[in-house]
Amino acid sequence: MAFLPNIIFGLILVGGIGFFVRNINKLKRNIKLGQSVKIDGATGQRWSNMARIALGQSKMVTRPISGILHVIVYVGFIIINIEVLEIILDGLLGTHRIFSSIGPLYGVLIGTFEVLAVLVFLAVVVFWMRRNVVRLKRFLSPEMKGWPKQDGNLILYFEIVLMALFIIMNATDAPFQAMNSGNVVSQFVAPWFDGLPLAAIERTAWWLHIIGILFFLNYLYYSKHLHILLAFPNTFYGRLTPNGQLDNLESVTNEVKLMMDPDADPYAMPDGSTQDPEKFGASDVFDLNRIQLLNAYTCTECGRCTSECPANQTGKKLSPRKIMMDTRDRLQEVGQNIDANKGNYVPDGKQLLWDYISPEELWACTSCNACVEACPISINPLSIILEMRRFLVMEQSAAPTELNTMMTNIENNGAPWPYNQMDRLNWKND
Amino acid sequence: MSETLKIPTMAELHAQGLAPEVLFWVGCAGSFDDRAKKITKALVKILNKAKVDFAVLGTEESCTGDPAKRAGNEFLFQMQAVTNIEVMNGYSVKKIVTACPHCFNTLKNEYPDLGGQYEVVHHTQFLKQLLDEGRLSIEGGKFKGKRITFHDPCYLGRANDIYEAPRDLIQKLDAELVEMKNCRKKGLCCGAGGAQMFKDAEPGNKEINIERTEQAMEVKPEIIAAACPFCNTMMTDGVKNKAEGQIQVSDVAELIANADDL
Ligand code: SF4
Ligand code: SF4
Repeated sequence: MAFLPNIIFGLILVGGIGFFVRNINKLKRNIKLGQSVKIDGATGQRWSNMARIALGQSKMVTRPISGILHVIVYVGFIIINIEVLEIILDGLLGTHRIFSSIGPLYGVLIGTFEVLAVLVFLAVVVFWMRRNVVRLKRFLSPEMKGWPKQDGNLILYFEIVLMALFIIMNATDAPFQAMNSGNVVSQFVAPWFDGLPLAAIERTAWWLHIIGILFFLNYLYYSKHLHILLAFPNTFYGRLTPNGQLDNLESVTNEVKLMMDPDADPYAMPDGSTQDPEKFGASDVFDLNRIQLLNAYTCTECGRCTSECPANQTGKKLSPRKIMMDTRDRLQEVGQNIDANKGNYVPDGKQLLWDYISPEELWACTSCNACVEACPISINPLSIILEMRRFLVMEQSAAPTELNTMMTNIENNGAPWPYNQMDRLNWKND
Repeated sequence: MSETLKIPTMAELHAQGLAPEVLFWVGCAGSFDDRAKKITKALVKILNKAKVDFAVLGTEESCTGDPAKRAGNEFLFQMQAVTNIEVMNGYSVKKIVTACPHCFNTLKNEYPDLGGQYEVVHHTQFLKQLLDEGRLSIEGGKFKGKRITFHDPCYLGRANDIYEAPRDLIQKLDAELVEMKNCRKKGLCCGAGGAQMFKDAEPGNKEINIERTEQAMEVKPEIIAAACPFCNTMMTDGVKNKAEGQIQVSDVAELIANADDL
């Protein structure tokens, strides 16, 4: 049974990746519950946005401390994962450090990984302190109680453990230490294990490391850490038009044309007339578009948006981060509903509006775009807020009274105040 | 002074077979709000002085629909848009200047889809153009050494990435431009956008305009320069509340007109 470890390894690997693929498929299915969107604009611009914002982290560094620490963890994490490739090959083939045959370069590589591991370790410790000791305000908002807070910390513990396992694995690997090349950090850790069963510890660390990585991969779906994958498509699909430009609802354009056209037959049904009348705006996740749903899954809950939000800063209930978290939570709920009902959504009497997001939050927004500007990965909370306002106003006639007055004025006088349009040039003679 | 102002309407010019270089879109605030009307006049004075061939729509102008759209009433917005576009296309309007960033944003970004394609500039951009083309000169003397801080209107700044035109103009006044801790991309809203101007704020512990006024006070300006009639109202209220009589709130156009004793 010499191949038993290889077989077990293979099974764990296939299981871990299989489960991950299953989750990704669910994620895709859930996003597709949203309305489809036309993706226009230059594709080249989209690729370059993705390269700049997701890969290059250009918006992270606007806050230097967290930005630089984040770059360390990000770069460290990606590069150290080259090591995982070796682990997988070793595991499947039963080899030991298969890449070491490439010669001195191997030492350079592993040495780099070790240094990065230490840097990641330190950065993560600082991150943990910011959340739990310094207690930065943006990590303490009401929406960060419970799971979101735990999630933030769990990930940090996780990375600490993974980095520690990597160093221990190297430190207890007698042949590797004997090579004395690349063990820039682990050589100092090795003496701690003198007199202990090195081989057994090395194997344990090795197995835990790869199992840990697979676990992490599958943890993503339940965590704000989905952003490490979704930041890429999300920045790709980010808006190319000016922030101030809101879309013009096409369904409304058609109706307005009919209303303004004196020859139109008011009783004529538009094409496809058997369909239900179109719903204006959004009250649930189904009414949002797919990019907005992708936004929700991508949100890292960093709170940069909320900390820049003028409404939130002045004590209003609105928090753009909460808008994104609520959207994701509701979408997950709908997804689980579909899983539980053999692929069909069975109405549960809940909606994103009211059950998650209250009108009070929506009406506090000044549409200032500070949240959009602040988001490091091109998420647009304002677009969801506007979509829900549209539902409140056009489907429910549920605008605050003063806004109804304002709109009546525009309708009757062509101005938000009760002045006569015929007086519009009176300022000339004042 | 007003009798010397030349304010032709599109209809008048049209009757004479003329079309102006640029349409001055006055906006609802600029037409009706007492404070904003002063900004409108200041801009007209500058346009007159620079001999700009412009006209207004006068009674043919109607709300762009911006507050309705931001409140969620897409119907009303599009009705307004279609009506305005019909009027402007009737006069074959090519270029529009406006002193309101909300009108500016809507006309520039949201009208094209609905059939209204114009070159739209904010008045700070337009004045900067005039200056660069040598059609306008700015006298600095009056404001020499005065501490002026510029409040970025959200719909000019973040919404449309225009940060420098108003600042360039202020600097031409030989004034000392001081920046608040939140400026440019990070500028803090005055609290009026998204139709908030027309309603009470939701429950909270502070008004946004007070927060912004406090930020301005930190840099001890003599003047807060605005470039939006709504920001102007909000900041004027804030100053009344926090620093009555110590700080003046003026539109960039007013500063320029004032510098020239227009
Ligand atoms: S657009 Fe609305 S939610 Fe976003 S920062 Fe401004 S007020 Fe807050
Ligand atoms: S929307 Fe963007 S800025 Fe706001 S919490 Fe999510 S990732 Fe952070």
